[in-house]
Amino acid sequence: MNSKKSDFVKFEQVDKSYDGKELVVKGLDLDIAEGEFLTLLGPSGSGKTTTLMMLAGFETPTNGEIYFDGRPINNIPPHKRGIGMVFQNYALFPHLSVYENLAFPLKVRKVDKSEIEERINKTLKMVSLTGFENRMPAQLSGGQQQRVAVARALVFDPKLVLMDEPLGALDKNLRESMQYELKHIHESLGVTVVYVTHDQGEALTMSNRIAVFNDGKVQQLSGPNELYETPVNSFVASFIGENNTFTGTVKEIASGSAKIETDSGETIVANPIAVSSSGEKSRISLRPERVSIDPNEQLENKFTSEIREIIYHGDHTRVRVNLLGNDDFILKVPNASSDLKLNVGDKLDLGWSSHDCRALDY
Amino acid sequence: MTAEIRTSDGELLSVKLKKVERRRRTTAFLLAAPLLFFIVFAYVIPIFQMLGRSIDNAEMNSFLTETHEVMQTWDGSEMPGEDVTSTFYYELKTAVENKYHGKIATRLNYEKGGFTSLIKKTSRKLKNFDENANFLDQFIDVHKKWGDIEYWQALKRGTDAYHFRKYLTTFDYEQKFDGSIERIPEKLRINVTLWLRTIFVAVGVTFCCFILAYPISHLLSVLPTRYSNLLMICVLLPFWTSLLVRTSSWMVLLQKQGVLNDTLVSLGFVADESRLELMYNMTGTFIAMTQILLPFMVLPLYSVMKTISPSLMRAATSMGATPFHAFRKIYFPLTYAGISAGSILVFVLAIGYYITPALVGGAKGILISNRIAYHMQQSLDWSLATAMATVLLIAVLVVYWLYNKIVGIDNMRLG
Repeated sequence: MNSKKSDFVKFEQVDKSYDGKELVVKGLDLDIAEGEFLTLLGPSGSGKTTTLMMLAGFETPTNGEIYFDGRPINNIPPHKRGIGMVFQNYALFPHLSVYENLAFPLKVRKVDKSEIEERINKTLKMVSLTGFENRMPAQLSGGQQQRVAVARALVFDPKLVLMDEPLGALDKNLRESMQYELKHIHESLGVTVVYVTHDQGEALTMSNRIAVFNDGKVQQLSGPNELYETPVNSFVASFIGENNTFTGTVKEIASGSAKIETDSGETIVANPIAVSSSGEKSRISLRPERVSIDPNEQLENKFTSEIREIIYHGDHTRVRVNLLGNDDFILKVPNASSDLKLNVGDKLDLGWSSHDCRALDY
Repeated sequence: MTAEIRTSDGELLSVKLKKVERRRRTTAFLLAAPLLFFIVFAYVIPIFQMLGRSIDNAEMNSFLTETHEVMQTWDGSEMPGEDVTSTFYYELKTAVENKYHGKIATRLNYEKGGFTSLIKKTSRKLKNFDENANFLDQFIDVHKKWGDIEYWQALKRGTDAYHFRKYLTTFDYEQKFDGSIERIPEKLRINVTLWLRTIFVAVGVTFCCFILAYPISHLLSVLPTRYSNLLMICVLLPFWTSLLVRTSSWMVLLQKQGVLNDTLVSLGFVADESRLELMYNMTGTFIAMTQILLPFMVLPLYSVMKTISPSLMRAATSMGATPFHAFRKIYFPLTYAGISAGSILVFVLAIGYYITPALVGGAKGILISNRIAYHMQQSLDWSLATAMATVLLIAVLVVYWLYNKIVGIDNMRLG
């Protein structure tokens, strides 16, 4: 077996426009490695589904080229690409039983009967649906239909499987267990998966790498923890996870630290990520869990806030405070520290390290 | 044994539930009542009356009750005896006095031609009869046809309270006076031809509608709303025009000096002297009926196709099926419900179609419905007309039955 290719799928300067007026995807360059679980994450209308449809062959790029396993595929129709796909609404054939649904891609490939049976049994076992062969799709629950859809996309051993928000229609608990299941299936088969979702939790749980889409462009392409910990711009910072922001102007900048005067007049010491010179406007991003309450240690940033609202969340309590003119500053207080007496209107001392607070583009 | 469940005020649960539900049921019934009333009085009762008419001969039987009774002992092998002829004389005399002998003449004429003039002449001469002489001889003196035993046999048969001979006529058979059933002479046979033609046209029109409607319906179901609305109006526009106007406009288009022939001649496809015969034959009936019935196929197909998610075809192609294979294995089977609903609708409408074949069909393009109308309006043989209508009704019911067996009525979707 060859070593895994890092550019198993390659988008090269791909543009896509539907109406000739607006670009839905703008100059997309994206390499997907063999065996990878890559998620395209973004709000609706960000171009992620269009990107997936171009890869599947249902949409043609307006400009640029897509390569799959080294071959340009712009002119290859979808049925010759050999790419498995799981659709948002499952797209199970309602008039065929589970068995016939799974047999469809194999029959098309003229696989002989005994092997069809063997492969279907194996695949159904993988998605824990053994014994459901003769059910019709309408007789299955949403989660079971979802598994059939996944099984059907995998049964013909495609090298690449595309998933278009496959868990969108499931309830929260089922969605979470399916996330783990898909992750395990991916790990055990080693198949390359390109997954589209607008749910960041899903993306963070399952992916090797995540491409955050906005406005037709990839904003950041990196692993889940990097994406969360070190967002490169304010869109990614606000889209992934919870985020407190201040806006201000850079006053002084040195390597690894910048002094930024907020709109309310205070100075915050921050980590300059997307600012390079003084006088620039910047949006400062700070994760709620990186803020210490009543800090003892030496921290560059120490301020006093006033509690506005306390929201009980079971495992933690969210506290909304007013800090430096920001009325929506959120704190997460673990409930283990419930000895902390919190009341609306109380003053609360807060502090954080300059490293954790990132000065991004405005 | 399950314990009786009672509500908290001590009443039996089942009783209480009925009480509470009664009001709702009454309302529901009242809402449906006008429809039920309409169906019973405007549909079920007339149909049963019609069915009755096709075998009913009670009126004739009441005119000549005693003659009929006396004739039961006559075996018809030789001329009837005086008991028969005398009874017939007295009853005919009553008929003449009460002026219903004309009806008797018309009715008997269906049994055997020549009876009209025979009864009329006999009625005029009835007052000259000597009631003490031999009646048969006097009948023969008035008209020599009374010497032909077949007229007496026809009289016996024609006064039965009911009979099924009209159904034989419907299929070009007749019952001889000796009781044997034979096909009528070849040059008189018309009904079987019309039945076969009607079925052929109905099946053909259904098929043509299917072929034409399928692509239109598919286009309708996939186009964005603003275009599909426009196309839908184009499909429905003929619907909003009177049937008569549409048929007449087909006459303008199809006649020998019509638009279509003129165009073909001016383009040089057809020579002026050999203009196409598009009207007053089956071609005309076929073309006009297909156009008129097309919306009945489009609407059920469209309503079914609208529910088929486009992602099914995408899924099939992503699994390696060519677009044609995906269509044949996935899309087409999913439209069965629409195809069968549309087909049965068009077929049932086509099999009883009347105005269009009457106007553009000519002699070679008329259908069984036109023949029924002929017997209702021209020949006034209502029994035969209703017998034919009954056969038509049964044919349609058989189609429904087959449909239910094969497809299942639950699978029908009309919109």
